[in-house]
Amino acid sequence: MNLADYQGIWVYIEVKDGKVAPVSLELLGAGRKLADKRGTELGGVLIGSGIKELAPTLFAYGADVVYVYDDPIFAHYRTEPYMRALLHCCQKYKPEVLLYGATPTGKDLASAIATDLPTGLTADTTILDIEEDTGLLLASRPAFGGNIMATILCKKYRPQMATVRPKVMKALPPDPTRTGRIVEERIELREEEMRTKVLEVVRQTVKKARIDEADIVVAGGKGMGSKEGFQLIHELADVLGAAVGASRDVVEAGWIDHHHQVGQTGVTVTPKIYFAIGISGAIQHIVGMQNSELIIAINKDPNAPIFQSCHYGIVGDALEIVPLLIKRFKEEIPKLKASADAKEEIRHA
Amino acid sequence: MLHIVACIKQVPDTKVAKINPKTNTIDRASAPAILNPYDAHAVEEAVRLKKRYGGVVSVLTMGPPPAVKAIRKCIELGADEGYMISDRAFAGADTLATSYALAKALEQIAKQRPIDLIICGKMTIDGDTGQVGPGIARRLDIPPLTGVNKVVEINKEKGYAIVHRKLEDGYEVVKSTLPCLFTVEKEINDISFAPLPNMIKAARYYPTIWTANDLENVDRKQLGLKGSPTIVSKIWTPPKPKGGEMLEGTTEEKVEQLLSIVLEKKELFQS
Repeated sequence: MNLADYQGIWVYIEVKDGKVAPVSLELLGAGRKLADKRGTELGGVLIGSGIKELAPTLFAYGADVVYVYDDPIFAHYRTEPYMRALLHCCQKYKPEVLLYGATPTGKDLASAIATDLPTGLTADTTILDIEEDTGLLLASRPAFGGNIMATILCKKYRPQMATVRPKVMKALPPDPTRTGRIVEERIELREEEMRTKVLEVVRQTVKKARIDEADIVVAGGKGMGSKEGFQLIHELADVLGAAVGASRDVVEAGWIDHHHQVGQTGVTVTPKIYFAIGISGAIQHIVGMQNSELIIAINKDPNAPIFQSCHYGIVGDALEIVPLLIKRFKEEIPKLKASADAKEEIRHA
Repeated sequence: MLHIVACIKQVPDTKVAKINPKTNTIDRASAPAILNPYDAHAVEEAVRLKKRYGGVVSVLTMGPPPAVKAIRKCIELGADEGYMISDRAFAGADTLATSYALAKALEQIAKQRPIDLIICGKMTIDGDTGQVGPGIARRLDIPPLTGVNKVVEINKEKGYAIVHRKLEDGYEVVKSTLPCLFTVEKEINDISFAPLPNMIKAARYYPTIWTANDLENVDRKQLGLKGSPTIVSKIWTPPKPKGGEMLEGTTEEKVEQLLSIVLEKKELFQS
């Protein structure tokens, strides 16, 4: 393998319901920086059915070139046909770096591509950098339980690949005047040769506010003492109209369902207010909430690492403080609402 | 008769492991070795499918000799046979080299008894990647079905499986040819209590153990550290953020201060 044959930073563009997935736009933002530093092109690989018209969006968000595989066989994501298309593209155009969103689809596809090429793949990256002169990708991720980061390299194989967690990187402000090159590609795939078929797609609407879309998240950890103590988190969230989050250990203890887990192996959230209550603040949790606008931590251990990553902290027993907060918010929030309504009336008067 | 193989791993229990405050790394001595919790669901599902359709459940792991304990745990859960590959040549493997070694062991198992279905857990709690399962499927050139949270039907005669794959906002129903590989979500099942006869069998169970030399057609360059394209170049502690402002006073005073900070964002509460 001649490493110099491999050029360009690529992003696999995930399409959902006919739109570019937000994580792919974020990766174009991150990829743009890498491409500029390395002095090379930023490419997007777009696979789907009837998706060619999405290319201008990708240019607006930073892509220089978009490789398009548009065919009805790609109507639903399936490993086999998507993998064939992306392998074809990698072998023909030889990118130096290929990034994917760490979504179910991105992880599935990246794992398959890494095995078939073969090349190295770093999972759930949170920091990306590139060496200007060598093109070596520095992919960092929180490592195994500890409060540490590991930087992972892939020196001898190309492309260098990584999956990157949603909401960690930032999309560029779109520039509708930007344009680029569209490269249309085709591969021979016959439906009757495909070994998997999607029979049905069932969308389930979630009743409560999705934790990754909520303005306020109240998250609890082991400091709540027990499953019963954790009820206080639900109560406070109800009063605030917030979604409930949780640390990994309470999810594993069965106090709450996995959908609520915030962190490296859970959901990444960026609410306007994040409460971390009884959460010590292991790095694998921090990476899932550090971009929140206002972070409030309550913990009885004054040395808990969470206090390093919050805006305001209270040292104290959550089981004592949270009931007080619930009581006071119950008194004050209706007053705020009333004053807002009053202003509204004055305006209409 | 179905032959289902669950791939499993023994991992340090990160839930109880302590962090060494000096090095910021996990103190391995403080962490008991357990069966990776996600893999327990893979074994449970294999055993349930055996009960539904008849067949044999094998488990396979790669690891150092003490990993026999994790296999015994699987026997307790209802697995019939255990296989382990254990050799210094496998040490230091990343996900690519791991899927290579496991695929070679699976080929060897399949020679004794053809495999219809391979089930892996969603990921391990120590590596957190979820890349090994799909990697094995690609190496054996069988369809990988990730994120399976329900098995609707396995039909060996007609050679297909129908499952639900979890999506971010729902699920999809997928039909695949057999053999294929599932990676399963935790929600797919609840782990059953091990019946006493299984526990007795497990206590005395000893798996088939193969070294790298016992596996056929192995390219040693693809094993362990040598076969791993990724390397950890450095482990570092992120610079500590300067930290937040600590609220002082009595509990009531702290609560009042916090209240006014939060309620300052009044637009969040007025809708």
